[in-house]
Amino acid sequence: MSFKELYNSQNWEEVKKTIYDKTSQDVEKALASDRRTLEDFKALISPAAVPYLEQMAQLSNQLTKKRFGKTIQMYAPMYLSNECNNICTYCGFSFDNKVKRKTLSEKEIVQEVEEIKKHGFNHILLVTGEANQIVHVDFFLKAIKIIKSQFANISIEVQPLETGEYKQLHEAGVYSVLVYQETYHKDVYKTYHPKGKKSNFDYRLETPDRIGEAGIHKIGLGILLGLEDWRVDSFYCALHLDYLQKRYWQTKYSISFPRMRPAEGIIEPNVIVTDKELLQLICAYRLLNEEVELSISTRESEKFRNNIIPLGVTSMSAGSKTNPGGYAVDTGSLEQFEISDERSAGEIAALITNSGYEVVWKDWDNVLS
Amino acid sequence: MKKLIIANKEFQSRLFLGTGKFGSAKLMEEAVLASGSELVTVALKRVDFETDTDLLLTHLQHAHINLLPNTSGARNAKEAVFAAQLSREALETNWLKLEIHPDPRYLMPDAIETLKATEELAKLGFIVLPYIHADPVLCKRLEDVGTAAVMPLGSPIGSNKGLKTIDFLEIIIEQSRVPVIIDAGIGAPSDAAKAMELGADAVLVNTAIAVAGNPVEMARAFKMAVEAGRLAYESKLGTIRNRAEASSPLTAFLD
Repeated sequence: MSFKELYNSQNWEEVKKTIYDKTSQDVEKALASDRRTLEDFKALISPAAVPYLEQMAQLSNQLTKKRFGKTIQMYAPMYLSNECNNICTYCGFSFDNKVKRKTLSEKEIVQEVEEIKKHGFNHILLVTGEANQIVHVDFFLKAIKIIKSQFANISIEVQPLETGEYKQLHEAGVYSVLVYQETYHKDVYKTYHPKGKKSNFDYRLETPDRIGEAGIHKIGLGILLGLEDWRVDSFYCALHLDYLQKRYWQTKYSISFPRMRPAEGIIEPNVIVTDKELLQLICAYRLLNEEVELSISTRESEKFRNNIIPLGVTSMSAGSKTNPGGYAVDTGSLEQFEISDERSAGEIAALITNSGYEVVWKDWDNVLS
Repeated sequence: MKKLIIANKEFQSRLFLGTGKFGSAKLMEEAVLASGSELVTVALKRVDFETDTDLLLTHLQHAHINLLPNTSGARNAKEAVFAAQLSREALETNWLKLEIHPDPRYLMPDAIETLKATEELAKLGFIVLPYIHADPVLCKRLEDVGTAAVMPLGSPIGSNKGLKTIDFLEIIIEQSRVPVIIDAGIGAPSDAAKAMELGADAVLVNTAIAVAGNPVEMARAFKMAVEAGRLAYESKLGTIRNRAEASSPLTAFLD
């Protein structure tokens, strides 16, 4: 069964009901189990699990230590371009946001890399909007060629591509590809993405399959927290993860938790996801899946990031700039969203160390690909 | 106690340590020292070869500590052989813990690729210690292609579940011509002692020490357990009897 078929076999409202109908007994059963199912996950993200958050956090802490040890990986995002032909009503790069656009030249990429390297980063995440005329696979390949000798691990978060294009990126040394569905609610998805290639829900839904088929080492999934009911959306995301893990069994997976942040010209979140709810979600993922990597970005507040380190996450960004050229070349260009935690990489590294965790700057080597 | 010999190299300690998962490099160093271990694994993917001040390596610079680089991250024989060559060049050792686990979920070793890579690496002059399932036939096949030791798992890596594969480990130990090092799943000093009592030549421990409340003391506990287990094995354990001996034996008529 393809994921589209699996997705179509589920009904949003029914899924929602089963989550909200979960009882404390279901939660206790899920907590007591040592091999948890998607039904257990539903219980753990349900309102019935809220009183059990401390227990969930304790378990999440133990399971994460067992698998990943007391370590946190560090990465930096590098925005290559804010050109975008999509209208996404929540995004600073949205096509209808009439501001100056920028795509980094080769020389500018080198300058940005120099600045990022100064902070100790060895893992990098390349980000762009979707503008297929300017920012296409050849552009990515060129950028990767420029930066490859500088980074042990390269991830990209760009528009959905074809399998053959992902294969090219894999061969060029891309380790990981991130593509978030934003929301798994098909009708709501259409209202947030009215124009551009991204408005095709199904094409995006099947993107992780194409990444898996191309042999990319790691696939990053996520929903944009703030668009729809996070509980239902997260269940679909977990269903997607479960499907992919069984099919592309040689691939690693990561989940990110982007929570809507203010950006120029965008809407207010439809749903407010509180810190408590985000923690519940992070712990629920860890209890469902001991191996999945969980990532927290600088969208989150200092307070949340100070305290989340031992609770299930495995990687963090720091000192991030969300605009092309933001590190050195053009610090005032249009950013995708305002970050919340503005502390430098050095400060975050010290925070991690002081929490009794080791900062991992390098966990891959190009010789392995 | 008898000394352990792998590929003509003598070891006083039969406890090998993994160096990942510790909260800091300093804590790792202290635990390694407390364990008395002389052979520690280092994940190649974690080592920063660009700088000569790699945190992990600088904390392992002690005369009695030998590095055993591992190929964690390799999904097939080809990737593992590449990684091995980099390791030999950069770390100046031809010792290698061969890890090929294409399954990033449970890190289950790939028998087919591991056999292939062992053969190739042995020909290239590596001292290969492959991480494998507790598969007695695979162990013999690895011997045939020149492995220096075998490292069967006790239970899934990082699981702390102990010696779930005990029946197969016993067969492997009984049949092996090369040292048998129980690699994964050892969760408590009692598991390590049990492995040594069975006649394993050594054990490799990481998670159980690295994420213990006090990793340094836990390393000491494992040191003692490994020594106790080995001493018990060499002293010949008594046979476990399931029933009392009959007072009127069936063979009494022969007297």
